[in-house]
Amino acid sequence: MPHAAAVHIIVPVKWVPDAQLERRFTEQRRIDRSEGILGELDEYPLEAALQIKEAAEAEVRVSALTIGPDGASTAAKKALQIGADDAFHLSDEALTGADVSATSAALKAAVEQILAGSELDGDAQTLVLTGMSSEDGESGAVPAQLAERLGAHLITQVTELSLEEGRLTATRVSTGSGHSEQQKLAAPLPAVVSVTDQANDPRYPNFKAIMAAKKKPLTTWQLSDVALEPAAAEAKLQVHSAEARPPRTAGEIITDEGDAGVKIVEFLAKERVL
Amino acid sequence: MTTALVFFDSLPADGSLSAGQKELLAAARGLGEVTVVTGASGEAAAQALDFAEISTVYTGDGEIAAPDAALVDLLETAVQESGAGVVLGSDVSETTDALARLAVRLDTGLITGGIAVETSGEQVVVTKPVLAGTYTTTASLADAAAGRPLLVTLRPNSIDAEQVAAALSPGAEPEVTGLPVNAGLGGGAAAEGQIEILERTELEKSERPSLTEARVVVAGGRGVEGDFGPLEELADELGAAIGASRAATDAGWIDHAAQVGQTGVTVSPQLYVSAGISGAVQQRSGMQTSQTIVAINKDEDAPVFEIADFGVVGDLFEVIPQMVEEIRRRKG
Ligand SMILES: Cc1cc2nc3c(=O)[nH]c(=O)nc-3n(C[C@H](O)[C@H](O)[C@H](O)COP(=O)(O)OP(=O)(O)OC[C@H]3O[C@@H](n4cnc5c(N)ncnc54)[C@H](O)[C@@H]3O)c2cc1C
Ligand SMILES: Nc1ncnc2c1ncn2[C@@H]1O[C@H](COP(=O)(O)O)[C@@H](O)[C@H]1O
Repeated sequence: MPHAAAVHIIVPVKWVPDAQLERRFTEQRRIDRSEGILGELDEYPLEAALQIKEAAEAEVRVSALTIGPDGASTAAKKALQIGADDAFHLSDEALTGADVSATSAALKAAVEQILAGSELDGDAQTLVLTGMSSEDGESGAVPAQLAERLGAHLITQVTELSLEEGRLTATRVSTGSGHSEQQKLAAPLPAVVSVTDQANDPRYPNFKAIMAAKKKPLTTWQLSDVALEPAAAEAKLQVHSAEARPPRTAGEIITDEGDAGVKIVEFLAKERVL
Repeated sequence: MTTALVFFDSLPADGSLSAGQKELLAAARGLGEVTVVTGASGEAAAQALDFAEISTVYTGDGEIAAPDAALVDLLETAVQESGAGVVLGSDVSETTDALARLAVRLDTGLITGGIAVETSGEQVVVTKPVLAGTYTTTASLADAAAGRPLLVTLRPNSIDAEQVAAALSPGAEPEVTGLPVNAGLGGGAAAEGQIEILERTELEKSERPSLTEARVVVAGGRGVEGDFGPLEELADELGAAIGASRAATDAGWIDHAAQVGQTGVTVSPQLYVSAGISGAVQQRSGMQTSQTIVAINKDEDAPVFEIADFGVVGDLFEVIPQMVEEIRRRKG
């Protein structure tokens, strides 16, 4: 059997404000990032990467990559605890207020820097696994931009994934403006693949994994370390306003006394939504 | 005045645009001249895009369907041909993917999930709900992208039906221009080798209005215990779409496509009826911009009551059939 090529899997993970807590904008019209967690949706691509590594005969390295302020190193550390082999944290003043374009440009530079320093042999292949969306930006557009910038294949919204002999097989739901269908695709590497929350059940790090993570390498970079000019990571959008919507307040709550169905219909008629 | 280019990655098989797709044309009309580009064939385009307000429809040589990267080549060529200052698309993943790649090629900005797009002075400004609908932002291109087109996806149910009807005159014959694009070659920076489609399965289309575009949504959660029957009956009476929580879709009681929330669809209907759903933050993020929310839950402490305009602490299997009966009685 020919020796299968090694694969370097890079998982971009984002440090985001916890959606269970109150989230807010600062006066600079930016999301307040003083506290955060590893985005829940970014645990799915990490899990997918680890499953590929565990099933592979060839050597597979899993690197986590995060872009964010100082605090984002906690997301990188969490990724190491979950099982990444190493982690990279790109943090630079120039990236404050980054939009999709700036984020994908910086991710591209960081991915290339990781590959340049990879200990895997020269014919190793590259797979980038992302989440389906970040929990604060929620654009789901970073994966496509990263694929375009890397010149890699793009497969988004993946619910099943396997990698055999350097060839990906993926099941995805294609939702278009005219129709939607389920597709089963095959693609060679390099590829950028976004993985949904249907793809797997992410593992929790146990005590042993948490201890082991302390010995794993975590590299911190600035833009200059990944050879990117600040101008190349400039945001293409400006935000003019960010207003809190008046929070929804509870309306009338009644306990059913045998006539609640009729009462709802009366309410709907009064509100003219019938 | 600017030229707006509306992008439909594909067109509905029955040849008529959905309410949400017409909203895009109306939004474009509000900005200036309307042009359209689609991966659908010229014939399909001529049939579905029969509005007098559209000056030109651009297509490829034949049909180009996602995930073929040639769709991005087609878009890029259509932007050049039309000189568009704005490109508008639906807020669905195939459109987002294509526009995201286009934004890289044009080195410009992309805003997804907008609810309004307007010209203000020289700028095109997009309004968008963020952080699960708790904030509303407005944004436009930064100086770093001055003079380039702004790319935007818009959510359905953002423009009301009367305004849409007033903006569009159906029955015209559109001018269709085929553009040379090498389908399947995915120019630009595409990698070696192709993405191969091994299998495709059309997802079942329900007879009901589409979930994202429906004016009324009736949604069920773990509390329906596998039986969406009563909710279906209510949806029939209200002309509603059926939604669900992840607990209900994970249990396999209903297709994943019905899931409302962070990892499902975002809906913004006039009326959202939530039955047997606790109202977790991930569910709320997909429905809390609904105009009116009615909740039915056995547990008076369920968080959904914090956001309900009218809530009933009760058993959905009693309350919903009674609603159906009362609506039928009123209809006479
Ligand atoms: C990464 C991630 C993404 C997620 N994305 C989504 C998403 O997109 N959408 C989503 O919905 N969830 C999502 N979830 C799951 C979410 O956290 C909740 O677990 C889920 O919404 C719970 O569904 P439920 O309310 O139906 O079930 P439960 O929380 O179990 O609530 C069932 C409710 O039904 C009530 N009930 C039971 N019987 C009756 C009856 N006969 N009559 C009336 N009421 C009754 C109960 O009182 C209870 O409040 C996500 C979770 C994660 C971690
Ligand atoms: N700042 C970031 N650092 C690392 N990965 C990111 C960052 N922003 C986005 N991503 C990745 O891109 C995916 C989609 O994000 P988004 O396009 O913002 O919704 C996320 O699930 C991450 O995998």
